[in-house]
Amino acid sequence: MAVKTLTIDGTLLSAREEQTVLQAARDAGIAIPTLCQLDGLSTVGACRMCLVDIEGTGRLLPACTTRVAEGMVIHTKTERLQSYRRMIVELLFAERNHICAVCVANGACELQDLAIEVGMDHVRFDYLHPECSVDISHKRFGLDHNRCVLCTRCVRACDEVEGAHTWDVAGRGTAARVITDMAQPWGTSETCTSCGKCVQACPTGALFIKGMTVAESRKDRSEIGFLVTAREKKQWVV
Amino acid sequence: MGRLKFATVWLGGCSGCHMSFLDLDEFLFDLAARADVVYSPVGSDIKEYPEGVDVCLIEGAVNNDENLEAAKTVRDRTRLVVSFGDCAVSGNVTALRNTIPDGARMVASRSYLEQADLNPMIPQAEGIVPTLLPLALPVHAVIPVDVYIPGCPPPADRIKAVVQQILEHGTAHLEGRQLKMG
Repeated sequence: MAVKTLTIDGTLLSAREEQTVLQAARDAGIAIPTLCQLDGLSTVGACRMCLVDIEGTGRLLPACTTRVAEGMVIHTKTERLQSYRRMIVELLFAERNHICAVCVANGACELQDLAIEVGMDHVRFDYLHPECSVDISHKRFGLDHNRCVLCTRCVRACDEVEGAHTWDVAGRGTAARVITDMAQPWGTSETCTSCGKCVQACPTGALFIKGMTVAESRKDRSEIGFLVTAREKKQWVV
Repeated sequence: MGRLKFATVWLGGCSGCHMSFLDLDEFLFDLAARADVVYSPVGSDIKEYPEGVDVCLIEGAVNNDENLEAAKTVRDRTRLVVSFGDCAVSGNVTALRNTIPDGARMVASRSYLEQADLNPMIPQAEGIVPTLLPLALPVHAVIPVDVYIPGCPPPADRIKAVVQQILEHGTAHLEGRQLKMG
């Protein structure tokens, strides 16, 4: 096992060579905000929340998909990064209809927590107010596109952990939507096993258990990581 | 600083933020000792928004032409404008209609025609009944805003934190969990 030595926010630390910058930072107790990343799933670097400044690269890179390298000097909390992170969260709020006051996930939402973390007291961009549908055709679960941030955690949990690949993404840009099977009502999906991993993986109120109302959703987002660790390492650690 | 000229206004909101303001309970006595409430739906009976106001808390989104005029008047006559609650800060529930194509007409039609038991008609009276704007907007979309208090409604301790900062420093800025929307 080779070890790399690197510096994050002025702290000299060592990491295993297969680790990402995000994992190395977390092991050292340095918090980097994330949204699309979830322990147990592959990383896609989609949300850009975890962008870090690595000296000598000339551009910002997502910590979740960047491997550690010998001698890296990394900054995670520069003024520029912090202003970009707030901008990203504001754009997510502007892109769909995230009305915390009437959301099932109010009080247990990663997007809401990120807004607090980046100091978002208001959104400086014009809201798009897209017309979004809600799919409650599934017997146990619901899908509210108003709250979706397109992190694709549901897609990856379903494909990589459950092995069903019911979820996918259709469309491009602001018209992109998560879909089930051939973009058909969730309740008519032939591949969905109703396991609920997508619901647990979802960071917002986009996927929810039916019957819950405002601020009642409380998800166990560590469930995916627990299952994968148990499966791959035979360790049932909570 | 002399006594603070303090105002609150109520635009397109449910008055929940003002109810939360009344939840300040005994702190209202401290505020009354240091401020004159020169305009407020819950604190005075003055019909005309006065000149030379130090601080104004604006509840609600800018939903109709009357709201828009009120927001502009507040900005013209007030040193520190505070967006008070989620509807003022983001549009919130008031702006839910923005997701519906031709929302202003659709919500009026739904409320006054489809749901009416007696005399279905859209209320119209020039100069009396305000006209809905095409979109319900956050306050900062129509006038510059100095301070933001998120929350639906903002809890009393959050309002107190802002008012205390204003009394002590002339302005305010919330951080951490005090920024929680919803």
